[in-house]
Amino acid sequence: MYEWLLALLGGVLIGSSVSLLLVMNGKVLGVSGIVFNGFKFKLLKEASNHWRLYLLLGMLIPPAIYQWIVGRSLPEVSSNLWLAGLAGLLVGIGTRLGRGCTSGHGIAGIGRLSKRSILATITFMSSAVVTVFVMGALT
Amino acid sequence: MKNLLACVAGALFSCGLMLSGMVDPQKVLGFLTLTANWDPSLAFVMGGALAASIPATHFILKRSAPVLASDFDVPNKQTIDSRLIGGAAIFGVGWGLFGVCPGPAVVQLTSLQPAILLFFSMMLVGAMMTQKFAMNRL
Repeated sequence: MYEWLLALLGGVLIGSSVSLLLVMNGKVLGVSGIVFNGFKFKLLKEASNHWRLYLLLGMLIPPAIYQWIVGRSLPEVSSNLWLAGLAGLLVGIGTRLGRGCTSGHGIAGIGRLSKRSILATITFMSSAVVTVFVMGALT
Repeated sequence: MKNLLACVAGALFSCGLMLSGMVDPQKVLGFLTLTANWDPSLAFVMGGALAASIPATHFILKRSAPVLASDFDVPNKQTIDSRLIGGAAIFGVGWGLFGVCPGPAVVQLTSLQPAILLFFSMMLVGAMMTQKFAMNRL
């Protein structure tokens, strides 16, 4: 019950931050695009593109405080480096081709009831579920 | 002002990811497992997020402009193509393999775990390769 409540609260916070960026700056909070475009040399020449780096900086502050000041640790990820590398590569390729990830399509895009985002979200959720199923069957 | 706002939005967003359990790959994979061990709690993350963003977005986009900018910079593409579906399918495989999507990957960077640093680097490599070699040809 407690976990559900935290999940719900966290979700509302996620949805609110996406809406905040839209109403104030008119921008879509989609992390894959922000990461990719944030470090593009060509775009960085213009100050109007720097918001992406500020957003990423903002994202690093709470976990930094949580770990380095509060002294707690974030959950562990798998230590399998092959798996990490392959998964990262696929996430990079997929989010660039499909133009978005869980935040950009799943929250911001569905937030505006975009048909593309709804379809993309159904697709990546389904392929993720199939992948977890296959991995479970293999190990 | 816009940059400060982006920083605040990013901080709230990552608080949401941490609070909700999205930064825990075990939890994410537990949600993506449709077996007897299914952990439904992450459905509440998306539920909560959309409960906030759908009505908010509806009213926000009725405005003629955002508060601090002159236009909404929002994609208006409507066409469904194989690139969208194929890309989303590939992303889902990567997400299902490791349990981390781009937002939680950024948050987890601060944990300095070697696997997450590698994941993040390969994500950039994959995105750059795709942009360079595939985007104009598909």
